[in-house]
Amino acid sequence: MDSDLRIKMYRNMLKIRLFEEKVKELDMQAKLPGFFHLYVGEEAIAVGACNAIHPDDYITSTHRGHGHLLAKGADVKKAMAELFSRETGYCHGKGGSMHIAVPEIGMLGANGIVGAGIPIATGAAFSCKYRKDGKIAVCFFGDGACSQGTFHEAVNIATAFALPVVYVCENNLYGVGTRQGDVRKIENIADRAPAYSMEGVIVDGNDPEAVFGVVQKAAEKARSGGGPTLVECKTYRHYSHFTGEPDNYRDPKEVAAWKEKDPVRTYPARLISEGVIDEAGIKRIQKEIEEEIAEAVTYAENSPKPRLESALEDVYAI
Amino acid sequence: MSKMTYSKALALGMSEEMRRDRNVVFWGLDIAEYGGAFGASRGMVEEFGHDRVICMPIAEAGYTGLAVGAAAAGLRPIVELEFGDWVTIASDQLVNQAANMRYMFGGSLSVPMVLRLPCGAFGSAAAQHSHMFESWFAFIPGLRVLAPSTPAEAKGMMKAAIRDNNPVVFLEHRLCYQMKGDVPEDMEFIIPIGSADIKRTGRDITIVTYSYMVHMALEAAEKLAGEGIEVEIVDVRSIKPWDEEMVLASVKKTSKALVISETYKEFGASGEFAATIAEKAFDYLDAPVKRLGCMQAPIPCNPDLEKYILPSVDKIVKAVKDMCKR
Repeated sequence: MDSDLRIKMYRNMLKIRLFEEKVKELDMQAKLPGFFHLYVGEEAIAVGACNAIHPDDYITSTHRGHGHLLAKGADVKKAMAELFSRETGYCHGKGGSMHIAVPEIGMLGANGIVGAGIPIATGAAFSCKYRKDGKIAVCFFGDGACSQGTFHEAVNIATAFALPVVYVCENNLYGVGTRQGDVRKIENIADRAPAYSMEGVIVDGNDPEAVFGVVQKAAEKARSGGGPTLVECKTYRHYSHFTGEPDNYRDPKEVAAWKEKDPVRTYPARLISEGVIDEAGIKRIQKEIEEEIAEAVTYAENSPKPRLESALEDVYAI
Repeated sequence: MSKMTYSKALALGMSEEMRRDRNVVFWGLDIAEYGGAFGASRGMVEEFGHDRVICMPIAEAGYTGLAVGAAAAGLRPIVELEFGDWVTIASDQLVNQAANMRYMFGGSLSVPMVLRLPCGAFGSAAAQHSHMFESWFAFIPGLRVLAPSTPAEAKGMMKAAIRDNNPVVFLEHRLCYQMKGDVPEDMEFIIPIGSADIKRTGRDITIVTYSYMVHMALEAAEKLAGEGIEVEIVDVRSIKPWDEEMVLASVKKTSKALVISETYKEFGASGEFAATIAEKAFDYLDAPVKRLGCMQAPIPCNPDLEKYILPSVDKIVKAVKDMCKR
């Protein structure tokens, strides 16, 4: 893999990590309205997948959407401003963490309803096939969403019509406080794919290059009319479901074991050991990202709040 | 002008828009060669092909959500929900997704889709196949809700719905499909969303109603005319947004208002019209505003029981006479 791309992927992952850690810090200080579902631990998936597709391809995301948002190329300042609920945020304060969309980069929205983005991404994929514009849609969702009816309905339609969509399941083993293995028989979500006459692939969600490779292959298959693929990324969220929720339902040994595989730590170590970059280079990137995040916070804090009247705007399109 | 059925007028309205704009696509159950459960898509797959007129599997949340995504990505999908009653299955995609997206996303995209719902009681179809959900969806900011009563309006309002950049819930009463009427052949015959229509002028009382009830009200009005009571009928035809100006002007003229819906009056759309009239035309009223609707029960299968709870021409006549006694 091209060195520039590998370094870029590290950069992207670190940006997500530091963004999320900052959000956690700000939330603890009660500076942000609402609540947040942090992507810490899962960065390699969003980064690997979004780098493997074209900038104008579509994605849909979940309630745990900051990672997909930044990996797809969103502006950190506008993302942070939205979390601060300022006028300068992507949604002018109307959406918040779970409802950020950036249509100009193909990001059709995070979603507060588990499984709801799956038919939406599939519909975006329909539009790509219909217009023959060579684009595809990548749909991010969790393992919990695979119990929702919309998953089955959308995948059935996508396979029936060979729609150009890549389904990326982030299997982090939990849905809020329920171990999902307790509420489904199968262990691997990918094992469901053959039931829809679709290929299912399992990949290490802590390895951005492995995710990249699998998603790129699935994307090209979709693009060339080969229909959808189900990519299951094995992963783990380092924190609890949402900011402030006590993580008292997971075995600390399990948490510690997954943290050992933290891609934001292991990937730069790998790049250094393979001579792609040196320690100084990594530190330089870390400093740049820290500054970028700090600037974003300053930008957000200094941004105006939305006018009260804006509460009644954009209910309808003209 | 051409005389045609309501269902043919719908097919014509959809077809004209599909000829005009390649972004318009259409899907649902049985809408291709089968022609749709109520014949509203007859001839369309033959003209537009299977890439644009698509039969979906039985997956209401799935194919309604597909329309949301396709619309967000620049197409203009029409979705026929074979029996509008099944919109309950698709509700999240309509209410939490389509209705909310533009607003939540700060106006950065729109969701131009039309969800066509065959609706209303049509004779012993019973509780799960007789619904009309105008009240549910008018309640939600972000949705438009339309309910044409005649073939001409079916065509003109369908074209308006397709050209509108918002999610539109389009209610087609099942008893209207085979009604015939004059339909303008003009390609640009479009009825603006939010405009009502006076279906009958009169001086004694205003009936505000929509959809199939317009025809019942017209029949009742003929009977009442025989007894010297002249009824004015305002067909709102657009539930949300609705033509408040035309309704109030009529009530100010007649001084009495009866709001009729086939559906339940309790907690229903008719309450919205009635409350607005009571609030804004209070000084013009000679009698309290009344509502007539279905009695509070799921729709029963037995035809006599069904007739018992639904509005009828006789019930309308009685309600008007009671109000005009004052």
